[in-house]
Amino acid sequence: MNFKLKAIVAAAALALTAHAAQAQISGNVVKIGVLNDQSSLYADLGGPGSALAAKMAIEDFKAKEKGLTVEVVSADHQNKPDVGSQIATKWIDSEGVDVIVDVPNSGVALAVNQIVRDKGKVFINSGAASSDLTGAKCSPNTVHWTYDTWMLANGTGSAIVKRGGDTWFFLTSDYAFGHALERDTEAVVLKAGGKVVSKVRHPLNTQDFSSFLLQAQASKAKIIGMANAGGDTINTIKQAAEFGIAKGGQNLAGLLVFLTDVHGLGLDKAQGLILTNTFYWDQNDGTRAFAKRFAAANGGKYPTMVQAGVYAGVLHYLKAVAALKSDDGTKVVAKMKELPTDDPLFGKGTIRVDGRKIHPAYLVEVKKPSESKGPYDYYKILATIPADRAFRPLADGGCELVKK
Amino acid sequence: MFDISIPALMGQLLVGLINGSFYALLSLGLAVIFGLLNIINFTHGAQYMMGAFVAYFLLNKLGLNYWWALVIAPLAVGATGVVIERLMLKQLYKLDHLYGLLLTFGLALIIEGIFRNEFGSAGLPYSMPEVLSGGFNLGFMFLPKYRAWVIVASLVICLSTWFLIERTKLGAYLRAATENPALVQAFGINVPRMITLTYGFGVGLAALAGVFAAPIYQVSPQMGSSLIIVVFAVVVIGGMGSIMGSILTGFGLGVIEGLTKYFYPEASNTVIFVIMAIVLMFRPQGLFGQR
Repeated sequence: MNFKLKAIVAAAALALTAHAAQAQISGNVVKIGVLNDQSSLYADLGGPGSALAAKMAIEDFKAKEKGLTVEVVSADHQNKPDVGSQIATKWIDSEGVDVIVDVPNSGVALAVNQIVRDKGKVFINSGAASSDLTGAKCSPNTVHWTYDTWMLANGTGSAIVKRGGDTWFFLTSDYAFGHALERDTEAVVLKAGGKVVSKVRHPLNTQDFSSFLLQAQASKAKIIGMANAGGDTINTIKQAAEFGIAKGGQNLAGLLVFLTDVHGLGLDKAQGLILTNTFYWDQNDGTRAFAKRFAAANGGKYPTMVQAGVYAGVLHYLKAVAALKSDDGTKVVAKMKELPTDDPLFGKGTIRVDGRKIHPAYLVEVKKPSESKGPYDYYKILATIPADRAFRPLADGGCELVKK
Repeated sequence: MFDISIPALMGQLLVGLINGSFYALLSLGLAVIFGLLNIINFTHGAQYMMGAFVAYFLLNKLGLNYWWALVIAPLAVGATGVVIERLMLKQLYKLDHLYGLLLTFGLALIIEGIFRNEFGSAGLPYSMPEVLSGGFNLGFMFLPKYRAWVIVASLVICLSTWFLIERTKLGAYLRAATENPALVQAFGINVPRMITLTYGFGVGLAALAGVFAAPIYQVSPQMGSSLIIVVFAVVVIGGMGSIMGSILTGFGLGVIEGLTKYFYPEASNTVIFVIMAIVLMFRPQGLFGQR
């Protein structure tokens, strides 16, 4: 009897303190919604691996010990903006989701960006690339973590022009992402004194690129810039080899290539590709430890920069929530911008007023099969682009949050 | 925008024919299955994908090369088709088409889901057989040897299938069995077995197309689902169940799609459906179908 009474008192006390700690947390739960492509061409670079990354961040933050209850839900937007919008709305309106993370596919991300802003929640974008998310379409509720089209163009585009690739043919995925990447790369090429000979736009998720590759060959451009991603990039590279693009003296530029794409292609096809990213698992002890842990829980697949960005973004979000003792969306994002970021994957950094997360970027080259020593040993780092030069200058984005 | 150069156009026509040969092979299998079993086989895309995966495993686990895969993959995947027909499809023949469609669609989702779970979506690389790599310089374009081989092989297979069904005694039995199974059975022919084998054959054709596709595309779980909808449109345009219709439309639409990729690439994945809508409006039974 006495024991039972004690237990009840203890439970009540615990409930009270817990309640006090969570006074400002809606529903007493911080709910994270991972929204991405889980079944199609972008599923490997984000997909279920991003949900895993979010869970690892919660674990590493030791949310429970800090009195925070954090839950993760995830869903497949099928690369359709309407499906993504419906899920986001339902999550926020009836399921108490506080923050939506990942959302590769810029088309869906731009839709979610607007919904989250209207509803005063938080959007931490890792998977989508369009630089408009921190430019013309910037929002006080959005943080763009991992990379963007300006950064890719600036890294890969200018490196290639410097190596003599001054005439370009663009093979562009025909939606918001491809258009933004083509636009930002074209600007870099022109600025560096290069020329864009021609461009062609292909539908998202195309199987056969032979028609487009023939047009690229006919254009006689030195560089075929692939402003596409995931499965589309893989198929382009495979078929370019078949049509003898390299033998004809033309080179492919992968403007957005993920670790999983290189893995899918195999090093014999991917070797020599130059690309820009912001996270590679084999950088330091912190990244290696994370990658090993991640791969063990992800069927042996190593993390991409998108999944790393989900981890780091969620970690920083939780820090802001804990510091604020509230999950009020607009306030949390303001807090996230105020606090310096620090995590094992991207190191120390900041989030700018326009929502842009700032960290270094790396220009890498894909290794030859003979240089690779183990699983996923794919990249050698050619150059580090320092954080202050990796992303578009604050004043150039046209974001309304930036005071002129 | 429309600065047409003849060499470029020739190249696009040829590339269109290559894609057309995939459409023809796949729609042929569908047409055979629909024509003789009255089943709208939505699992076809998944079976095409399984064919490519079998080729991958033969090469990487057993060391059996491409040429072995061309023989073994259709047999292996065809055998799974036989099992599906025996266990499930058989129960549905008396019901509306819709049930067969739902069953095969569900199966396709399950099969693709399992493969995606196991192998991820980025897919696996399958290297081109040594003899068929490289290509010919035709002057107006560089034709990879492998693509030339695919056109020829698929033409041969399509035409022999047509011959088998429309011009041989076995084909006559098959066609008779769909018209009046009871009567054919009365002549002492094992109709259920014939139907089972026909489904297995159609599925085998899909798997064969999968092996053809493996070196060109990534061997990935969703390779079939992106193709199957187009192939259905091809079958509808050609006329459900018409063998020659599906072959001709397959090649024809490949060419039209290729030309669209040249003149107005943004529309290249919708042009086939526009044609389908027009054909359905004016000739609902399809170009080669009979009422």
